[in-house]
Amino acid sequence: MDLTIFNAIIAVVIAIAFAAANAAYLVLAERRGAGRIQRRPGPNVNLFGILQPPCDGIKLMTKQLVIPGGADKALFMVAPVLAMAPAIMSFVTIPFSDTIVAHSMDVGVLMIFAFASFGGMAILLAGWGSRNKYGVMASVRAVSQNISYEVPMLITVITIVMMTGSLNLHELASAQSGGFWNWNIFPVSLKDGFMLQPLMPVSFLIFFICSLAETNRAPFDLGEAESELVAGFHTEYGSMGFGLFFMGEYANIVIGASLITILFLGGWGCPFGLFPGVWWFLLKIYLLIFSFIWIRWTFPRTTIYGLLNLSWKILIPISLFNLLLTAGLLKVF
Amino acid sequence: MGAYFSEIFYGLQSLVIGLGITFKEFFKPVVTVSYPFETIKMSDRYRGHIELVEDEEGNAKCISCGMCQRACPSGSISLASKSVEYEVEVKGEMKTKKKKVLVKYDLNFTTCSLCGQCVESCSVGAIEFSKEYNLASFNKEDFHFDLLNRLKERNS
Repeated sequence: MDLTIFNAIIAVVIAIAFAAANAAYLVLAERRGAGRIQRRPGPNVNLFGILQPPCDGIKLMTKQLVIPGGADKALFMVAPVLAMAPAIMSFVTIPFSDTIVAHSMDVGVLMIFAFASFGGMAILLAGWGSRNKYGVMASVRAVSQNISYEVPMLITVITIVMMTGSLNLHELASAQSGGFWNWNIFPVSLKDGFMLQPLMPVSFLIFFICSLAETNRAPFDLGEAESELVAGFHTEYGSMGFGLFFMGEYANIVIGASLITILFLGGWGCPFGLFPGVWWFLLKIYLLIFSFIWIRWTFPRTTIYGLLNLSWKILIPISLFNLLLTAGLLKVF
Repeated sequence: MGAYFSEIFYGLQSLVIGLGITFKEFFKPVVTVSYPFETIKMSDRYRGHIELVEDEEGNAKCISCGMCQRACPSGSISLASKSVEYEVEVKGEMKTKKKKVLVKYDLNFTTCSLCGQCVESCSVGAIEFSKEYNLASFNKEDFHFDLLNRLKERNS
């Protein structure tokens, strides 16, 4: 595809619109889901609370933006933008179907993970810049969490990339086309000859847990543990600064679900090889997002030690073993 | 090493059990109502503020004896009555008799503690607890209830 200026602007506008619409309506979906799990209706005025997100947006935008005294103004202002922007950037290279992609890059996976690491920095700057002890403590936690979970996540991605031989998200997804037996989540693949990797479901589980942790969501929301740290890194943020952090979180959820879909669940491919297209992709990501919401409202928050132990003692050894096993099996088959 | 894997296994198992419980709850009917638009029926034993009971003709059953007024520990009830003469047939001849008729029954709900001694003390069962609980106002006067008027409004 030719990337002229005009095309680029259209792609970015669509990416922003998609990210913002998803962020707004996932908040509603989250609240409805939370309500159902707790057996209450959730926001339900005006047709399932359809007007709730615009009202929330107006409320946030009309509030005063308070910059605390002694805060580092530049860092304080730049942090929320830094939380939202990488999420939008990542949409540029995600293939929604065989043809719908803003810009298919050969290093798409690399680009997404490079931008994902900005998320940790946004939290660090927010906590540091707001000159608040709770903010700083939350930042320290969130950064150690993000670093711990990026390691097993990237090792798992390397496993997949080794099997497919490409860093292009489009190729990663189309390598799994044809039916659910070709998906990376299952141990056996028949595409391009027989291939057996018995630990692929474990890889999927590791990647799933890491995406939950990377989005800083419950049960891994140590960065904003209300019971200990007031509101964590966004304690001092009000108005749209808080709104951007909030939207960034939900946009990151969509990115995480899209990545899981592309890397493990066959992207836009149908489970039975019928009518592949964008609808399968959307169905898969929204099912994954439902499971994110479901998990959030089921489990209580972990402790910071439990969180780090899970990563360093369980996820990293297992994903390293998985990487070695995959390398060996690639030699065998 | 065995303990390491069994911990992972049982940990995952307990997580899946938890997810199963919330998934089942997700599809069960909701137990709350959207309050201002829907309300639930109050239980029979609910004690709201008091209300006058009407007799067969739609008038207050109250005989204006004043027992409730005296029983009230907070002095929240004030009532007034007047004597009226009426004729009744006794052994074939008409006789004129007197009886008390309630003309005013005020409840000052700001001091009422809902103890229910007025209802207990009433010898003819002329007052009962209402099921009213939507009582909120910025105006103190809204809690001075004219119960006789409320009875009339209920009947009209």
